[in-house]
Amino acid sequence: MTTSLTRRPAPGTDTVSVTVPDPRKRRPSRLLGSRWVAFGFAAPLIAYLLVFYAFPLIRSVDLSIHDYTIRAFVQGNAEFVGFDNYAAILSSPLFGQALVNTTLFVVVSLLFQYAIGLALAVFFRSNFPLSGLLRGLFLVPWLLPLIVSASVWSWMLNSDSGIVNSVIVAFGGEQINWLTSPETALTSVIIANIWLGIPFNLVILYAGLQNISLDVYEAASLDGAGAWRQFWSITFPLLKPVSAITLLLGLVYTLKVVDIIWIMTAGGPANSSTTLAIWSYREAFGTGQPDLSPAAAVGNLLIVIALIFGFFYLRIQRREANS
Amino acid sequence: MTARRSWWKLALGVIFTALMLFPVYWMVNVSLTRTQDLRLSPPHIFPVNPTLEGFEAVIRQQLPNLGTSLLIGLGCVVLTVVIAAPAAYAIALLNLRGGRTLNFILLVAQMIPGVVMAMGFYAIYVRAGLLNSVWGLILADSTIAVPFGVLLFTAFMSGLPRELLQAAKVDGANAWRTFVSIVLPMSRNSVLTVSLFAFLWAWSDFIFASTLARNSELRPVTLGIYAYIGNNTTQWNAIMATAVVASIPAAILLVVAQRYVAAGVTAGAVKD
Repeated sequence: MTTSLTRRPAPGTDTVSVTVPDPRKRRPSRLLGSRWVAFGFAAPLIAYLLVFYAFPLIRSVDLSIHDYTIRAFVQGNAEFVGFDNYAAILSSPLFGQALVNTTLFVVVSLLFQYAIGLALAVFFRSNFPLSGLLRGLFLVPWLLPLIVSASVWSWMLNSDSGIVNSVIVAFGGEQINWLTSPETALTSVIIANIWLGIPFNLVILYAGLQNISLDVYEAASLDGAGAWRQFWSITFPLLKPVSAITLLLGLVYTLKVVDIIWIMTAGGPANSSTTLAIWSYREAFGTGQPDLSPAAAVGNLLIVIALIFGFFYLRIQRREANS
Repeated sequence: MTARRSWWKLALGVIFTALMLFPVYWMVNVSLTRTQDLRLSPPHIFPVNPTLEGFEAVIRQQLPNLGTSLLIGLGCVVLTVVIAAPAAYAIALLNLRGGRTLNFILLVAQMIPGVVMAMGFYAIYVRAGLLNSVWGLILADSTIAVPFGVLLFTAFMSGLPRELLQAAKVDGANAWRTFVSIVLPMSRNSVLTVSLFAFLWAWSDFIFASTLARNSELRPVTLGIYAYIGNNTTQWNAIMATAVVASIPAAILLVVAQRYVAAGVTAGAVKD
């Protein structure tokens, strides 16, 4: 029921080499206990989802259609304002900028993560000494706490003492105020985010490559197709479904990124790196005065956007599972 | 492929890996740099006069935070496995009614932005008195891993041979007995995978920590680093030393459980 990738995991991952049977095709007789026994095992999860997902979500909708001041928050008598918060958000001058920043952040990050991830996956597919070990090391950035990566990048991109500027200056370039100038702040967080996303793309695309039979390549070789031709005529088309899932998942997860941008630039300077998620976070928690109602409105808008793309993901996945 | 060509590839691979891991190396390098050398331009490429003053600061100031993070991580692991494993058993093997719907809800749940969840939790915790508590953080952090856990367990358990359940039934075992003595032991590897991710995500969490525990006496280490960045921008060696220490669980897990990591990424296709 997860991605089709579960069917053929990366090598060395024999542990989860599971073929997921299609429950519609194979519905065996009830083996153990009644319907109620099954429900009993699932009951803690259902209760958990209600209390820790449904309730906070309802609360967040509730925040967005009331005017919650700090006092109203504690006393619980906030005024009902309907869609006023949403109207205020949509007509705010920040909305356009946040939307553009979000789009740039997501699209540019994804393009580079995907291209680099795919190139590396193809590279690592040819077995050479230590390829497994090196591929494993590529996972490191993905496993580090985001605040760690974000602080390392902050220091590397520091205007005066950062290594990146040292290198640029050493090659005769100009020092760049990566994080403190409005022209480059968004670029800086995108660079860090690309770095963070490469391992994820590499692992999934590598697993997808394993699914392409080597016979196809052999046949192509016999027909005289070179490496470049093989990539465009075989690898890329056959990898399409996996690519689609990788990109859509990446999109859904990149949309909600807060930590990395918040720690590196806090959305600044002058909102030049403010995305929708950052906007929402700053309204709610970024200042001393939590302003939860508009923050919740932005956040809920973000959910809607994420869900739209999420459903694309689910559709592709379903088509995959049926084929 | 000729041997010569594969050495060429190895060299390229090493270069790519070195480029990719440079920030990690730089973190270690800065963590060992003396305070007076931090502003050197150009900086030393490797620690010329290595010092442990950054790590002394970690031990002086961050030990309680590391303990808190450990507690939160382990709490999340237990909570996630206890909730997710039985539910997956019901979906995968007991033909739970509405199992497909439940899986669908779990996929959607993973798409909800953390900021929105944080606001919901904040609003609830203010009233419930759970703000700034370790328990509150464990509960909130577990929402990152629970949907992933159920989906991964379901995929794994669906692949278990049903003859085992049949045999258990013949031997007179009920559903609970079968779960505890057959299904769980056989799912050991997926329990490890889920635990690993639940721990890492909880350990790395910043959004929930910064919103639900900002004034807490018991702070996780992510907030410790964040406080450093805010107050103490000259002490980058201490910040990087804390970052190194905060990365240790990831490093250990990568060495010990590399194959589970890859399995988890591909199986759940989840990044958070």
